[in-house]
Amino acid sequence: MSSPETWTHPEPGAVPAATAAQPTPEQVIAGLRATTEGGIELTQLLTPEGERVASPIFDGFVSDIGAEQLRGLYRDMVLVRRADREGNALQRQGQLGIWVPLLGQEAAQIGSGRALRPTDMAFPSYREHGVAWARGVDLKDIFGIFRCTDQGSWDFQGSRLHPYTIVIGNQVVNAVGYAMGQKFDGKVGNASHEDTAADSDEATITYFGDGATSQGDVHEGFVWSSVYDAPVVFFCQNNQWAISEPTERQSRLPLYQRARGYGFPGVRVDGNDVLACLAVTRWALHTCRNGNGPVLIEAFTYRMDAHTTSDDPTRYRLSEELEVWRLKDPIERVRAHLTRTEGADQEFFDAVDAEADEFAVELRDYCVNMPDPPPERIFSNVYAEPSPALDAQRDSYLSYLAGFESTAGEG
Amino acid sequence: MTATMSRDAEQAGQGTQTLTIAKGLNLGLRAAMEADNKVILLGEDIGRLGGVFRVTDGLQKDFGEERVLDTPLSESGIIGAAIGLAVRGYRPVCEIQFDGFIFPGFDQIISQLAKLHYRSEGRISVPVVVRVPYGGGIGAVEHHSESPESLFCHIAGLKVVSCSNATDAYWMMQQAIASDDPVMFFEPKRRYWEKADVDTTAEPGPLMASRLVRRGDQNTTKRATLVSYGPQMRTCLDAATAAAEDGVSLDVIDLRSLSPLSLEPVFESVRRTGRLVMVTEAPSESSISSEVAARVQQECFYSLEAPVHRVTGFDTPYPPAKLEEHYLPDLDRVLYAVDQTLAY
Ligand SMILES: Cc1ncc(C[n+]2csc(CCOP(=O)(O)OP(=O)(O)O)c2C)c(N)n1
Ligand SMILES: [Mg+2]
Repeated sequence: MSSPETWTHPEPGAVPAATAAQPTPEQVIAGLRATTEGGIELTQLLTPEGERVASPIFDGFVSDIGAEQLRGLYRDMVLVRRADREGNALQRQGQLGIWVPLLGQEAAQIGSGRALRPTDMAFPSYREHGVAWARGVDLKDIFGIFRCTDQGSWDFQGSRLHPYTIVIGNQVVNAVGYAMGQKFDGKVGNASHEDTAADSDEATITYFGDGATSQGDVHEGFVWSSVYDAPVVFFCQNNQWAISEPTERQSRLPLYQRARGYGFPGVRVDGNDVLACLAVTRWALHTCRNGNGPVLIEAFTYRMDAHTTSDDPTRYRLSEELEVWRLKDPIERVRAHLTRTEGADQEFFDAVDAEADEFAVELRDYCVNMPDPPPERIFSNVYAEPSPALDAQRDSYLSYLAGFESTAGEG
Repeated sequence: MTATMSRDAEQAGQGTQTLTIAKGLNLGLRAAMEADNKVILLGEDIGRLGGVFRVTDGLQKDFGEERVLDTPLSESGIIGAAIGLAVRGYRPVCEIQFDGFIFPGFDQIISQLAKLHYRSEGRISVPVVVRVPYGGGIGAVEHHSESPESLFCHIAGLKVVSCSNATDAYWMMQQAIASDDPVMFFEPKRRYWEKADVDTTAEPGPLMASRLVRRGDQNTTKRATLVSYGPQMRTCLDAATAAAEDGVSLDVIDLRSLSPLSLEPVFESVRRTGRLVMVTEAPSESSISSEVAARVQQECFYSLEAPVHRVTGFDTPYPPAKLEEHYLPDLDRVLYAVDQTLAY
């Protein structure tokens, strides 16, 4: 395994000039800024056309991935995209308050999510439905967040997927603390040899966006993880936009290069290449488990839909940009590869589509029948210990409500 | 300049017009930027997008990218940089995208913004306005519906205000920007689209003053005073209308200035009505409503016919939005409290 250090040196020409102003629409089309080209530092194993390119460093991390496993990753992505589109549709039909689409980011989420072991821990932001799927979380359990009935109802501890975090950057420091705990518990560096990892070794991954890299919490997480050699993978999905602000509003240099300043490796991976995301994340988790401390992965991808269903991207970006990225679609390239290598036939693709349709129906049925929580939920679990004061507020409110019922009964 | 001005630019200072609260704020910002080129805006998505609520719509287009800054995504940076800009002679107006996202900037607000004038024995003033869309009722996910205003009222050195209608939105924004003190400006986000006729030429009253906005019928025996601010003012005014039909006459007072409080109009009203119901969305414990209750019982003890009643959010985190109709004070809860105070 060669040293990851080889990725951390900025190419002299790769550092873009500071852009004081937002690009004009003309500039957006003309240069498409950094957004379509990841640069020579980009790790890619599958081209957009579905061709497998060799990587001396990372191939070893996906040597077990044959046609069968690729079909599995393809299925993951198709199902997750279908769930995502269903979420969008449900919001449009008034069944959800809001939906946060992951469209375009399936490979980044499935590739990294599938790299995790069951004992690893993940701290997501709010767009990580694909990671949730890969963690084995029933996607029904994320719909309550967007229907505003709950704030996530999966088994947070059992699935080792922390609740979604909406305040930008918060989860990154929390992940570092968790990883410190893994280390303090002796769950790091138990392998007899660098090339293997002990079954008992663990690591943590945390997800955040390009915009989040500006938050103090993310900086503090980088510092803490490096000081404690915490086994944490910082997985930054650079989808080129933080709502209306392009990545240039956050950084003068490619985000992965920031890692160098904190003293740990940073890698830029093609975030639309599920195989590369799997390989690079496996490598990163491996070095964490072996006690080498943190890794930053910048998954270079694109937010193909609006920021959320409340957002109107036509106000700030051009559809031309979308068209260019459409050619790099994460699902299409796996399909092309499987077809080209005869790793799958039409029957397989049709079966996955049919399964996706069924899945969508199942999610929809569940979602539209989700009961509203009872008012007493407002008062429960504020504290771990009993709260007589809140019990009194609850009782008083419930008896107030009951007053309406008895009046209604009389009428 | 005039030739390049948008229609909005012409709209400011044109006598009476019908405006939403959002538009009132927008025109207030525009007027302040036109009056003083040291007024600059900082925030996330406030430029090309015009803010997620469009309060800064069109301003970057007309004033340029050096006066309307789409900042990096960091609230500590927004407030901290605004403080530095203020020290340098600018009058920054920061937008915090939602109430629940102010906390990364909390340290800068509490440690520097609030205290610089005091620490420097008056040699440094920091005329920064921090705009915060706040409150619930919009069916949002977590952190988008909070009412954290009391936290800032607890801090000396900060002025805390909230507008409840388009006229105040227009004028209070300009007055806050003109203030030499830091002003936390809380905007009732669920009322952004409520309209009113705004006279953009009339001389406004002072910024830091509460206002009696509805005077009840003095000849009725069933009387009480309702005090509120921001998003609950609409609820209180509707409650007063409903109560009047039942022969209950309510004074309604808009606090406007949340810190320092200016309670003279409240005392004056309570001395007449003998009863006070205070309404806020924020939790009640250690809050503005506690402060009002304490001061009213001190100043109006002999006039009170009943203990001060409070209708507030519960002392819990803001619940999932499917439950917010229970959490938020509504007409029924306000009228119920009025009945209780009258029955006392
Ligand atoms: C502290 C904080 N400030 C502001 C917001 C509002 N907000 C939500 S998402 C977002 C942009 C995030 O961009 P990025 O980190 O690139 O993630 P993406 O949404 O693109 O996945 C903003 C500003 C927030 N959630 N938290
Ligand atoms: Mg982003």
